[in-house]
Amino acid sequence: MDLDMTRYACTVCSYGYHPMKGDPENGIPPGRPFASLPDDWRCPWCGASKDHFIPEEGEQDHTGGASL
Amino acid sequence: MNTTLCENIDWVGCVDWTVRDFHGYSTDRGATYNAFLIRDEKNALIDTVKEPFADQLLQNVAALTDLASVEYVVCNHAEPDHSGGMGRVMAMLPQATLVCDKKCLAILGHHHDVSGWKTRIVATGDTLSLGKRSLQFIETPMVHWPESMFTYVPEEKLLFSMDAFGQHYASSQRFDDEVPLCTVMDEAKTYYANIVMPFAKPVAAILDRAAELEIDMIAPSHGVIWRRHIPEILEAYRNWSQGRPKPKVLVIYDTMWDSTGEMARAIHEGASQAGVAAGLINVRTSNLTQIATETLDAACIAFGSSTLNQGVLPMAGAVLTYLKGLKPVNKVAVAFGSYGWSKGGAEAVDEDMKAMKWDVLREPIRALYRPTAEVLDECRAAGKILAEKAKEMACDRKANGRVCVDP
Repeated sequence: MDLDMTRYACTVCSYGYHPMKGDPENGIPPGRPFASLPDDWRCPWCGASKDHFIPEEGEQDHTGGASL
Repeated sequence: MNTTLCENIDWVGCVDWTVRDFHGYSTDRGATYNAFLIRDEKNALIDTVKEPFADQLLQNVAALTDLASVEYVVCNHAEPDHSGGMGRVMAMLPQATLVCDKKCLAILGHHHDVSGWKTRIVATGDTLSLGKRSLQFIETPMVHWPESMFTYVPEEKLLFSMDAFGQHYASSQRFDDEVPLCTVMDEAKTYYANIVMPFAKPVAAILDRAAELEIDMIAPSHGVIWRRHIPEILEAYRNWSQGRPKPKVLVIYDTMWDSTGEMARAIHEGASQAGVAAGLINVRTSNLTQIATETLDAACIAFGSSTLNQGVLPMAGAVLTYLKGLKPVNKVAVAFGSYGWSKGGAEAVDEDMKAMKWDVLREPIRALYRPTAEVLDECRAAGKILAEKAKEMACDRKANGRVCVDP
């Protein structure tokens, strides 16, 4: 199964979640699709919750789970 | 007082000489709220001030130009120390259009009735011509709030950097070459540690952006304006934002009957004898602001608390809560503390250190009621190990190509 590598941006502070990089400082290894992040994961820059993230422009989100 | 940055660009802000508590930040040297007037074919006010100073700002503007001639008011940051006076300013500048980014207008809308204001929304890359000079806008999210923005005047190589590179420092002088450099750097470090530290990653991003600009002057929204020591402050921000440690051990403690105090002094003694800078802080005779500042560049931290009600002493808890929010990085640490019939103090410190992702060297050093000679030896040994570690960490960093600039 192909993993969804769509990048997501935080609508509060513009931080970009890049699945290929993950968020290693907060326990998220590289290669994790945004939708698979734990529900309590928060933006490492501003602390916003996952529902403040949207797929980056021009990218399609195939997995659902993210809304503004 | 020289308030002129360059021809027809003047400081019109206010000095708050007597403020000593800035939402909990101990402002021992007071503060300034900087605002700037650019006079050109179209006049622009860059930022406003804290609400009680709004009329003074307007007087400063009126001394230079007719209030009705101000066409733009740029808001780089919506926090009330810069925008509290915005309501009064917009009411008194009949021709003014507020210029800010989209998020800024939304935040201002929570603080003011913006419905009657003329507004112009800008984003990164937008330029606003004033005549001979122009304003370029660069959004800098999370330095310091989501809506924060730099405004750059390319014709003067002048950067209005909002909170970045600021200092809480009241002075009769407006420029970095008119005050002692050690004082301004010390206040810039205090400001970074207490305000900017949690945003190290976004800071790194804006430093990259700043490196692309030609800069002759940096005008932050607090403190003096950088025109002579720009390389020093940029280098300091690089070091701080990358968590570059100095060969320094900091021993922070709170104590009930001085058992934990005695342990703290033994750790400090061990570290001092190993030839590094070693600091000793009792949280009840210091303050949160100083502790955060000292923590910023310390390679190693020993943090102790006696056990009270199976946890830490309340002031130690306040310091840990504050530090957890500020997120100091790259620390090697040890917890310590005394206890009586039940443990909990040093253990809670240890847990908080791990939550901050500090590299905790060993299990907490504990003393049952009073530290024995053996426990004090253990403390001195731990201090020595922390000192050796601090030297190693500072050397590693130097090997990476940079040497820390004081402070």
